[in-house]
Amino acid sequence: MATVTSEQVQQRVVETLASFGPDADSITRESTFEELDIDSLDLVELAQVVEDEYGVVLKGEDMKQLKTVGDAIDMIVARAE
Amino acid sequence: MRRRVVITGVGAVTPLGIGAEALHGRWAEGECGIVDGAGACSEFEPRDHLSVKEVRRLDRFSQLALVAAAEALAQAGWEGGLPYDSLRVGCVVATGIGGIETVETQHDVMRDRGAKMVSPLGIPQYMPNAAAAAVSMKYGLQGQMYGIVSACSSGGHAIGSGLRMIQYDDADAAVVGGAEATLTAFGFACFHSMQALSPTGISRPFDRRRDGFVMGEGAGMLVLEELEAARARGATILAEVVGYGSTADAHHLTAPDPSGVPAARAIELALRDAGVGPGDVAYVNAHGTSTQLNDAAETVALKRVLGDEQAHRVPISSTKSAIGHLLGAAGAVEGVATVMTLKTGVIAPTLGYEEPDPELDLDYVPGEARPLRAANGGPPVAISNSFAFGGHNVCLAFRGAGE
Repeated sequence: MATVTSEQVQQRVVETLASFGPDADSITRESTFEELDIDSLDLVELAQVVEDEYGVVLKGEDMKQLKTVGDAIDMIVARAE
Repeated sequence: MRRRVVITGVGAVTPLGIGAEALHGRWAEGECGIVDGAGACSEFEPRDHLSVKEVRRLDRFSQLALVAAAEALAQAGWEGGLPYDSLRVGCVVATGIGGIETVETQHDVMRDRGAKMVSPLGIPQYMPNAAAAAVSMKYGLQGQMYGIVSACSSGGHAIGSGLRMIQYDDADAAVVGGAEATLTAFGFACFHSMQALSPTGISRPFDRRRDGFVMGEGAGMLVLEELEAARARGATILAEVVGYGSTADAHHLTAPDPSGVPAARAIELALRDAGVGPGDVAYVNAHGTSTQLNDAAETVALKRVLGDEQAHRVPISSTKSAIGHLLGAAGAVEGVATVMTLKTGVIAPTLGYEEPDPELDLDYVPGEARPLRAANGGPPVAISNSFAFGGHNVCLAFRGAGE
């Protein structure tokens, strides 16, 4: 699989999260899902987008450990390599 | 003595526009919201009223419920917060079908992209209790909360359930109503194949030429409060819910019992519950679907319960002539229309009623609106009927607020 850059993943993740409600401008690597009002149902949808796009499977157990947007980006990039 | 229950707020989103006043006012002026054989809420833009998150997470029927609820709560003066202990405020929101658009969309996803891609929001959007849950969550209503499913009587049952909840001291107030959004390809296909829909696309209840109902969408919501509590906080009272009666036909899956006996009993129970007689009824907001069978059976039921003389005297009109049949929302929206009739003193006509059916010989308020007149002095009493596929009969009795 072609490697993906952290920037590419960040752009896609931010775009997806913004479509769930929060302002794109308010989403940074440091943002917690809690402060963005992103809940477990949203994270399942994010995982579906990620799997579709990068072939990376994120399971419920994986998602539970994610606290910030940066955590999610790093996990996706690491698994895509 | 039984606790009395009043209405302090109403809200509606219907094919006649956003708002309870748009519903009753435009209908009374003879405006019809049906276009090309469907009653769509064409003025409803979800993002004008709801956040990105609300729009994304809620099926259209729940979106409609939230917007109608916002209007009702604002009118009740609840905008700044609940005037009651939140655990003493109930919420009942009915639907006939639930989030059918969500089911169709997610089924397409499963077929085209596989089961793994079906949205985790599929069930929470589709579930028939989703509208009740959305209203409860938005306003922090923590008393009894549920959806009600009885097809085209659902909205009537929701109001009746809220009434009982407050009467029996299980709650001090309740936000009740119904919502429906079934104008989808599959929704039309199903009702078409039953031959329930009007092939001409015209809703003209009680007219000789009536040939089926016109499907509509929308929501109606009401804020109910215990009378003394409402008075104590200085609320404006729009009307009182005074009676509720409900029975079942146990006759046929879709056709009404032509004898009208169980339907008449529902009306009789509502009048008895209200402590009024047939002669007190100043207005009947009919179920009036524009199908051959319903309008005939409803006419028979009204004659049976009101007596021939009073049945001929009381004005009867159908909201469905102006907006079509809103299925699970119908009883709630028509409850709102009945409250508006009592509040404004204006009876809106049965639009499109021109050619009488020899068997249907009551006063269906043809032509134009007319003033509401109390039958026996004091504030007028009006009833609103709902009948449904499955054989559900509901009648609600309302009394004007008076001075």
